[in-house]
Amino acid sequence: MHYDVPSLECGVSIEMNAKTAENTGPAIQFQDVTYSLNGGVPRTIVNDIRFSVACGQTLVLLGRSGSGKTTLLKLINSLLVPTAGQVIVRGRPTTDWDPIRLRRGIGYVIQDAGLFPHFTVAQNIALVPSLEKWDAARTAARVDELLSLVGLEPAEYCNRRPHQLSGGQRQRVGVARALAADPPILLMDEPFGALDPVTRAELQREFSALARRLGKTIVFVTHDLREALLLASRIILLQNGRIIADATPQEFPRIDHPEVRAFTASLAPLSGALA
Amino acid sequence: MTPWTFFLEHRAEILDATATHLTLVLIAMAFAIAIGVPLGMLIVHRPALRNLALGLASIFQTIPSLALFGFLIPIPFIGGIGRRTAIVALVLYALLPILRNTYVGLTGIDPAVLEAAEAMGMTQSQILWRVRLPLARAVILAGIRTATIITIGVATIAAAIGAGGLGTFIFRGVAMVSDAVILAGAIPAALLAIAADLLLGLLERRLKIS
Repeated sequence: MHYDVPSLECGVSIEMNAKTAENTGPAIQFQDVTYSLNGGVPRTIVNDIRFSVACGQTLVLLGRSGSGKTTLLKLINSLLVPTAGQVIVRGRPTTDWDPIRLRRGIGYVIQDAGLFPHFTVAQNIALVPSLEKWDAARTAARVDELLSLVGLEPAEYCNRRPHQLSGGQRQRVGVARALAADPPILLMDEPFGALDPVTRAELQREFSALARRLGKTIVFVTHDLREALLLASRIILLQNGRIIADATPQEFPRIDHPEVRAFTASLAPLSGALA
Repeated sequence: MTPWTFFLEHRAEILDATATHLTLVLIAMAFAIAIGVPLGMLIVHRPALRNLALGLASIFQTIPSLALFGFLIPIPFIGGIGRRTAIVALVLYALLPILRNTYVGLTGIDPAVLEAAEAMGMTQSQILWRVRLPLARAVILAGIRTATIITIGVATIAAAIGAGGLGTFIFRGVAMVSDAVILAGAIPAALLAIAADLLLGLLERRLKIS
């Protein structure tokens, strides 16, 4: 059912729907995308990638370090531009979008959160609303709403600075900031990767519930199969810049491929110790 | 004659020279900041201009100060004997620390912060004004502090080309072989430098972001 074409773009606020109502295709499409670095010797980072992400789907890009998963993420919000092929976001190739407009409609969460150290928590969350010139009352209400959504008491946290937060709290604020202007698409690059295992598990569980509730199209990068199985409605496994497997979390462990087995084997020691 | 009696007898003159000295430094620093900080902002995204600007500023810094004052005298419009030439030389001297610290401050920002800013849909100028500049201000001020201290010292040599200031006593004392007269210029100059260092250091700590 994840592949059903929805009648309206999901997770978009009312005013955005009015403009894009005619656009009912997949949220994101990679059409034979290659990205190479033009150093002394050109190096291909991702090669001939083709897939699409349906509206409301949580796609996990799984792979080892250097497999090209972060590159794919950055191709979606035009931080990188394809060397060949095109990435189509909400019906238009990224190269046709004004990159600023494109990015304001795509939430972005990274491993170190990247919160602005000179901003309070509230100012960090209100970043995109402030760029979009929302009025103060609407912004303040939205900040409160988002802090509650990510499990932080608004009155207690809104005037803190990032250095006064724990790693897990910073990452919660990072998620709130990405959701601020209610973007239909959310990109997440190992958002829980730098957290201690207990906090990570906590955030994964909460985020998994949150993601189901929000109905956003999410592309999530990780090297952790457990995380992928927990969050994904679909997993794409990358190796050396190519797609190795594309499956649901249920199908994925049964795929007969050495790289898939390498990933499933990474889970084994833990289950052994707990048995 | 002890330095102390010389100081008491000439206190009006010394105070006057201190005021002239301070004026030279303040005017030169105002120009150096007005040129150095915007230029530092400009070179963040322009590698060719960056090498040229930092290279030139480094060259000015390597010219011995007395020679720099000398070189400027014959240059039309900016040269000649007096305050104007001295100020030009002081500006050229103060430029490097300000320019370099502005550039280093603006570019030495946590890459995660810059990546997030860009991915959130901030334009390059919004990133410069709202992210880079506020995060770089303590580093920029550190450059201004270094430049101020250098300028207070170098300004004593401005007396050699008739710009006045505390250097007047130092040159006179050297000619008279009188420690008392040298100290009448050197001590107030040193005190000015220490005061500037403390004051700007205090401001720098206030601007620092944890």
